[in-house]
Amino acid sequence: MKNLRTLKKYFVRYKAKLLWGMLFILLSNAGMVYVPIIIKDAINLLQTRVSYEALARYAILLVVVSAISGLFRFYIRQTIIVVSREIEYDLRGDFWKHIQELPLRYFQNNSTGTIMAHATNDINAVRMFIGPAVMYSTDTLLRFVYVIVIMCSISPSVTVYSLIPLPFLSFLVFYVGKMIHVRFTAIQEVFGVLTTKAQENFSGIRVVKSYVREDSEIEEFVRISKDSLVKNMSLAKVQSLFQPILFLLTGLSIIIVIGAGGAKIMRGELLIGDITAMILYLGILIWPMIAFGWVINIIQQAEASMKRLNKIFAEPLEINNGPDTRNDITEITGNIEFRDMSFTYRAGLTPALKNINFTIPAGKTVAIMGHTGCGKTSLVNLIPRLYDATGGEIFIDGVPIKQLPLTVLRRSIGFVQQEAFLFSDTLLNNLSYGLREVNEEQVMNAARIARFDHDVKDFPEKYNTIIGERGITLSGGQKQRATLARAIAMNPKILILDDSFSAVDTHTEEEILKNLREFMKGRTSILISHRVSTVQAADIIIVLDRGSIAETGTHDELLALNGIYSEIYYKQLLEKELEELG
Amino acid sequence: MAQNKNDDEVIGKAYDAKLMRRLLHYVKPYKKYVVLAIVLNIIVAALGPLRPYLTKIAVDDHIVHKNYNGLLWIVLAMLATLIFQSVMQYFLTYYTQYLGQRTILDLRRELFAHTQKLAARFFDKTPIGRLVTRVTNDVESLNELFSSGIIMVFSDVFIVLWILAFMFYMDWQLSLVTLSVMPVLIYGTFLFRTKVREAFRDVRLHLARLNSFMQENVTGMSVVQIFNREKKEFKTFSGINADHRKANIDSIFYYAVFYPGVELLSTIAIGLIIWYGGGEIIQSRMQLGVLFAFLQYTEMFFRPIRDLSEKYNIMQTAMASSERIFKLLDDGTMIKNPENPVPMGKLQGDIEFKNVYFAYNENDFVLKNISFGIKPGQTIAIVGATGAGKSSIINILTRFYDIGNGSITVDGVDIRNIDKKELREHISIVLQDVFLFSGSIRSNISMNNPAISDEKIIEAATLVGADKFIRELPNKYDEEVKERGATLSVGQKQLISFARALAYDPQILILDEATSSVDTEAEQMIQRAIEQLLKGRTAIVIAHRLSTIQNANTIIVLHKGEIKEMGNHQELLAMRGIYYRLYQLQYKDQEAVKNV
Repeated sequence: MKNLRTLKKYFVRYKAKLLWGMLFILLSNAGMVYVPIIIKDAINLLQTRVSYEALARYAILLVVVSAISGLFRFYIRQTIIVVSREIEYDLRGDFWKHIQELPLRYFQNNSTGTIMAHATNDINAVRMFIGPAVMYSTDTLLRFVYVIVIMCSISPSVTVYSLIPLPFLSFLVFYVGKMIHVRFTAIQEVFGVLTTKAQENFSGIRVVKSYVREDSEIEEFVRISKDSLVKNMSLAKVQSLFQPILFLLTGLSIIIVIGAGGAKIMRGELLIGDITAMILYLGILIWPMIAFGWVINIIQQAEASMKRLNKIFAEPLEINNGPDTRNDITEITGNIEFRDMSFTYRAGLTPALKNINFTIPAGKTVAIMGHTGCGKTSLVNLIPRLYDATGGEIFIDGVPIKQLPLTVLRRSIGFVQQEAFLFSDTLLNNLSYGLREVNEEQVMNAARIARFDHDVKDFPEKYNTIIGERGITLSGGQKQRATLARAIAMNPKILILDDSFSAVDTHTEEEILKNLREFMKGRTSILISHRVSTVQAADIIIVLDRGSIAETGTHDELLALNGIYSEIYYKQLLEKELEELG
Repeated sequence: MAQNKNDDEVIGKAYDAKLMRRLLHYVKPYKKYVVLAIVLNIIVAALGPLRPYLTKIAVDDHIVHKNYNGLLWIVLAMLATLIFQSVMQYFLTYYTQYLGQRTILDLRRELFAHTQKLAARFFDKTPIGRLVTRVTNDVESLNELFSSGIIMVFSDVFIVLWILAFMFYMDWQLSLVTLSVMPVLIYGTFLFRTKVREAFRDVRLHLARLNSFMQENVTGMSVVQIFNREKKEFKTFSGINADHRKANIDSIFYYAVFYPGVELLSTIAIGLIIWYGGGEIIQSRMQLGVLFAFLQYTEMFFRPIRDLSEKYNIMQTAMASSERIFKLLDDGTMIKNPENPVPMGKLQGDIEFKNVYFAYNENDFVLKNISFGIKPGQTIAIVGATGAGKSSIINILTRFYDIGNGSITVDGVDIRNIDKKELREHISIVLQDVFLFSGSIRSNISMNNPAISDEKIIEAATLVGADKFIRELPNKYDEEVKERGATLSVGQKQLISFARALAYDPQILILDEATSSVDTEAEQMIQRAIEQLLKGRTAIVIAHRLSTIQNANTIIVLHKGEIKEMGNHQELLAMRGIYYRLYQLQYKDQEAVKNV
């Protein structure tokens, strides 16, 4: 239970409502256990002499008591279960607030699916504890006490006999419930495997077909499906037990009452109304006994889920402002320096970057080139502190970036990432993403520079067009130009383009570069590209090779070196030539 | 934030005779068992309602007459029916589950096997996610229909009928009085179901919004952070989170009303029994045991009615799912296999393209009048810009698509007369976008083909130069390849796909050389591997490397779907055309650089 202690602050927040809920449980149960007493009295009177009017009075009393009890029952759900939803809301909000602050490293190590599972499944498991578990455990306990007391007042011995099967019921629900949970998890796992298999097969269908592996793929898919059948049947084996045993045990209690109670009636110790009431009481007790076993499982699952959530809450923020943060800095000029910088993704892995030393004077343009996987993206990711360097230091305007206020640093950088990511929202909202508020003029100007404005003209709702899943789909080139416009609209001091033209045709790229030259005046720019045509005009070109700087210089200097740069340069001449054919 | 509904969310009617007939077709192999299960269900359904009747006998015939033995017999009879009922119930539940599982296994197998037959054209136009949903979730939702849906409906209906039968048998007037609350109960239950269904739809909608918001923001978290958007995004999140809470709280209301409401109704029924039944007893027109039994029946009535109302949901989901499944099963986008295929046996590897025209979309030809031949063992290099039609040549030779006009022959036989599978077995394709499956490196090379031995796998890997780095991995050939091969470098993935092609030892090889720039060391390894691959095979190479192009027997310069120049290196140079210009401009310099 120690993990669930985290919830205390939430419970305190809704203290009043919860206490009311408890009171309603108390009152509702008082009404509920009174009903069988009325019935008992009525039946017992039948054996003497009774008038129609008296019977009618009993009948009306029954309905009134039941109505009052039901009203309180209504309010139980309206308080306790509602509170559980409110706490769920608070908890999920706190969870998300924390998630947003976590460093990129966390998202690299945890799949989107896992994070989503925490936010939905785990929080829901905890919610079940707050709502149903709290409600039913209180309800059960109270009802149990009431009923036992009344039943014993009618006949202690019959009560004891008839209650013998009920603890088994609780135990069964608890035990079988646990088995069901385990087996159900196994089914979900197989289902995951099945989904992955299908996903992979459909993605790689061409490979499957060209190697004529359809039959073995079907075989494999059927094998997993059969495994799913086996796992499902193993669940069915226990789940099918549930209802019959439930019937068996409750039925047994009733039979005991009829047998033992019947004998007592014959001996004149009890009346028929008494055993009627006892049977009705058993009916009232069955649900709490089932709920009891169920509640224990809920608590266990909530405990496990809360543990996982607590672990996330304990996850350090790593990249954040610290005590050294120079809050006096509100603007930067854009002089960037890397000093003996190295970077490793995870201890034990080979460094992604080693001994990086270079300076970009404010307002200059640097281009970075190199083969796939040489560390270009890792390098630029360090500037807005998506990751922190593991060795050495990066300075902006002579201040170590770790001492710059994080918002100031990030607000000053227009970053266009390799993978063009846009939100499914209107274009206007997407392009003003980095602005304090939506500014159509600024956005349109940025779109013009990024050569995106002509595309927008053709969209049905222009800048109000929704893109993504529930709107129109942009082409790869359009996405890249949109993300470029988003960065430009911020009016940043530092502009970083990480291979942002890969899906843009060369002609358009040249036009964008022409526009950008004007825009980049007075801004520090870093361009990553595979295309020589993109980088050749840069003030400095840096060639990375397996995490280290291999070549530095201008276009002409690097060509003269006859190294990696010139090799790439010549290779690209062919493609260009081919494209200009005919 | 998927506000609009797509195909997958549409829920329509709960019963469609045509769909149902087709669904029942899958139950047919198990028809005998279904009938048996239904008959047993009808019998078992009587056992529950029998007990209150037995208590009536206990009270009226034995307890009142102080007959100890009689009471004992009744108690034993009750015990026996109870045990029998429980045991039967267990087997029936288990058994119907099994029926459901078997049926969906059959359906799933048929569906998946069908997808494997569909043509590349189908996969071009269908999103993968949708296909995955068909074979997983959609089939799964039929499970409930087959297992509990069809058979358990009988059980619920018969429980109700048995209860009615016993009640009317004992006292039809009291039955009518008791049942007077039934219309309200039935109406209330179905109303509740409808309301809850709507409320849940609302909850699901908001949950879907919450999920897609989180999904999107987690995926784009770096964008959120770079652009300092945490606060604003949190505000949006809170809004969606609050909508979700509201939807849930709304649904609580229906439960809060429904359960006490049902309780109240059954108390009203009890009140009626006491008032009317009690009156009859006073008049000695009725025995006490009847009243006793009726009190128990009022409690028994509710469950089957609630269950029946739930079945409506099951049916509705199942109909929607089956409609989507059958639509996929009816899709006939396939490349026809010849009815009487020409048996090929061992292939020579002679390929001939004769006046081939090909279009993905009608009349929009991407290949025009393509004619060329390759003799066994020769290599043809195709050179051309993006969109020149290079990949289309691969696609039509392996019959991923069929050509419009002209013919393609292998060893003199038109490929449309060769069994598709046999044709593909003789051809290995190495695409530049390497696709690795999750599984071991071993299984990625053999593609789970038992005919390819471990020795052959290692031999192939050694020949392409992949053996060395594979042996350096912690688990060697058993190293697991993660999600689309994230653990391996680009160059390493290339080599594995080469080894895969080599292990199959094809007569014909199609190679799409990768354009991605890898470092020099990897580049050399790949070059050597390609030489190994081409040895002794007929090969078509979409070439980007000078060495590959120069060593080819024939070079084809492809431009906008047409062959502009064709010949060997020397011939093309002598033509002083496009190839000559390319060579002058680029290859020569490249060679010069290499020779420095």
